[in-house]
Amino acid sequence: MDVAAPALILRRRPEAGRLARLFDNKTFLICACLTPAIGLLVVFLAYPLGLGVWLAFTDTQIGGGGEYVGIENFVSLAHDPVFLKTVFQTIFYTAVATAGKFALGLWLALLLNHALPFSSIIRAIILLPWIVPTVLSAIAFWWIYDPQFSIISYVLVDRLHLLAHNIDFLGTPWHARFSLIAANIWRGIPFVAISLLAGLQTISPSLYEAAMLDGASPWQRFRFVTAPMLMPILAVVLTFSVLFTFSDFQLVYAITRGGPFDTTQLMATLAFQRGIPGGQLGEGAAIAVAMIPFLVASTLFSYFALSRRKWQQGEANE
Amino acid sequence: MNIITRRNTLALGAGALAAAALPGAGYSAIPVANVEPPKMEIEKGATLRVLRPTKFVDPDETIWRQSTDKFVKATGVPVRVDFIGWEDLRPQTAVAARTGAGPDIVVGWPDDPHLYTDKILDLSELADYLGRKYGGWYFLAEKYAQKWGTKTWIAIPMGGSSGPCVYRESWVKAAGFDKIPNDLEQFLKLCQALQKINHPVGFALGNAVGDANAYCNWLLWAHGGYMVDDDGKVTLNRKQTIDALKYAKEMYPTMISGTLGWGDPSNNKAFIAGDISLTSNGVSIYYALKNDPKMAEVAADTNHAHMPAGLVGKPPESALILNAMVFKHTKFPNAAQQYLRFMMEQEQYEPWLTGCIGYWAQPLKAYAQAAVWTSDPKIAVYKDSCANEFWNGYKGPITAASGAATADYVNVHMFAAVASGSATPEDAAAEAEKRAQRYYKS
Repeated sequence: MDVAAPALILRRRPEAGRLARLFDNKTFLICACLTPAIGLLVVFLAYPLGLGVWLAFTDTQIGGGGEYVGIENFVSLAHDPVFLKTVFQTIFYTAVATAGKFALGLWLALLLNHALPFSSIIRAIILLPWIVPTVLSAIAFWWIYDPQFSIISYVLVDRLHLLAHNIDFLGTPWHARFSLIAANIWRGIPFVAISLLAGLQTISPSLYEAAMLDGASPWQRFRFVTAPMLMPILAVVLTFSVLFTFSDFQLVYAITRGGPFDTTQLMATLAFQRGIPGGQLGEGAAIAVAMIPFLVASTLFSYFALSRRKWQQGEANE
Repeated sequence: MNIITRRNTLALGAGALAAAALPGAGYSAIPVANVEPPKMEIEKGATLRVLRPTKFVDPDETIWRQSTDKFVKATGVPVRVDFIGWEDLRPQTAVAARTGAGPDIVVGWPDDPHLYTDKILDLSELADYLGRKYGGWYFLAEKYAQKWGTKTWIAIPMGGSSGPCVYRESWVKAAGFDKIPNDLEQFLKLCQALQKINHPVGFALGNAVGDANAYCNWLLWAHGGYMVDDDGKVTLNRKQTIDALKYAKEMYPTMISGTLGWGDPSNNKAFIAGDISLTSNGVSIYYALKNDPKMAEVAADTNHAHMPAGLVGKPPESALILNAMVFKHTKFPNAAQQYLRFMMEQEQYEPWLTGCIGYWAQPLKAYAQAAVWTSDPKIAVYKDSCANEFWNGYKGPITAASGAATADYVNVHMFAAVASGSATPEDAAAEAEKRAQRYYKS
């Protein structure tokens, strides 16, 4: 019996079917489990991306086919003052808006990290700007910035009599750029603040206690305990924030459409304007592809920053 | 199969008969010629999907849907009509054209059929029938519906919306003018006088597809300028353009502040609020005023006129043509054309035209007799929208290039840059010429 039992089991196993055996095969199982995910990625990510890159090297128009033209689109864009202006504006927009979001977001996170009454309700409220669909908040800002019906102008001119004329938020290039940046910052703060707050809460209170025993001032505590401990999450949040801001579309499209005379145009909005309403699919795709190097650079930054794990221990890098 | 086809044909016949009885009741003044409709037998089991831009005024949609229901009842062909946002129509048309699936009919924008010439049906037979029956097509309708340089109809124009001058009568009077002058110098004086009495004018100079292009095209055309010549050669860097730019620079201080950031709805809002005295727009401003009892006084004080003809002797305005096309990928080309015919026939078209109170003016001359144009003399200026003899990219061919240059705001930016003082007229014209040449390269 003792001998027969394993033999029986051994015999019964193949009877359980080839399918079962197949699923016992590790390689097959890995492939089977990955296929749906890879399929989705290929269909919805790799294919559109590949098609977009391919279109960038063609002269495709919206109505018909196109032919491979090499880097002609990029050469033509390099000589296009509108495109060059747009690249500058996109970088400027991303840099200033990200700096603003981080300064205010970190400040907010530090405030929220203190034991406040109703802290969870306050945190929920703070998330609101991020939850509201971008287009809705964009339309709200569109009204706030309206040359005639702006609530800000109304208060300053008609109620407080501090100004003689309405503020022209969107009618001059620099006003328009900073108005859009302000809207983007307002929208982006919650994401930064809540992420950094999560990071702050992982810092052990004992570190602060030890620092306090050593007589560290609040600034020193921030500089030597909080900042280094927060670095890893800061790097991730920064990368995401840069990616979101760089590829922003909705705010600009809903508020200025890129006007006045393309001074608030971002690469994403210009790609759309030329590709779809303008019908020059190839050129629109080329503008979108021109965004890729910038996005890859910021992703690489995050990758290398993240690989410096020692930050987490608060030690210096070697 | 035969039975169904015959029944459909009979139903159509019955519908036509019933419809033919109506004018006998004497409710319409449309002169209709007796023309045999084209013989297009509706395919068995046909269904149609129609895409068109969303309404600007409510009756546009309600009457359109009623007429469609009538078509469904008369023919048994189910029709689904989707009203979609103006901005979304272009991409959706593109998807339909590229994938060869989706809607059978797209009632799209003026340039669209010219982008898809090899993907849409030749509608010459239908256009010929409608033209003969209803007194012929207007200039702009024909221009936008025929494939460039041919007599082939690739679209059926269904309406045109132009942007003449909308103004407050009492303020123009207070500024010392009885009507909108037809002369450019006088018009500038009027705007300056309006500004002096604290009723500035306002024309969009931001990235506003409709209004900014209308204003800047007017400036260019009224001075005898044009973006391209008949052969498609860019002709922006010329004296006429410089004159227009200098004029625009003088116009700018007469405007309310912020027009460089204006979008399409901005002048509507500012006019209705009484912040501006004069602008250029479709009938939507007047329609909104007229339908709001609280605004009755303002509506009574609002009137329309053509923008000054300047140096060209005819209104330098274009019109947004509602251009219907049938894709070759449709399985029911006859049903699709019958639907378009049905919608353009007087029994359906006249109520729709009337309901839109001039928002979409008729492309067929006979409809100029519709009661809507005499019901309110203030909208009479919109009547001949489709008779305008200017188009986007005038005088050049209507192609992908003209559409691209318009979408890229080449002309608008030229004027906006000079008006705001950030470029001299000479520099702006030279730069705009280069930008236009990027599109008109071959």
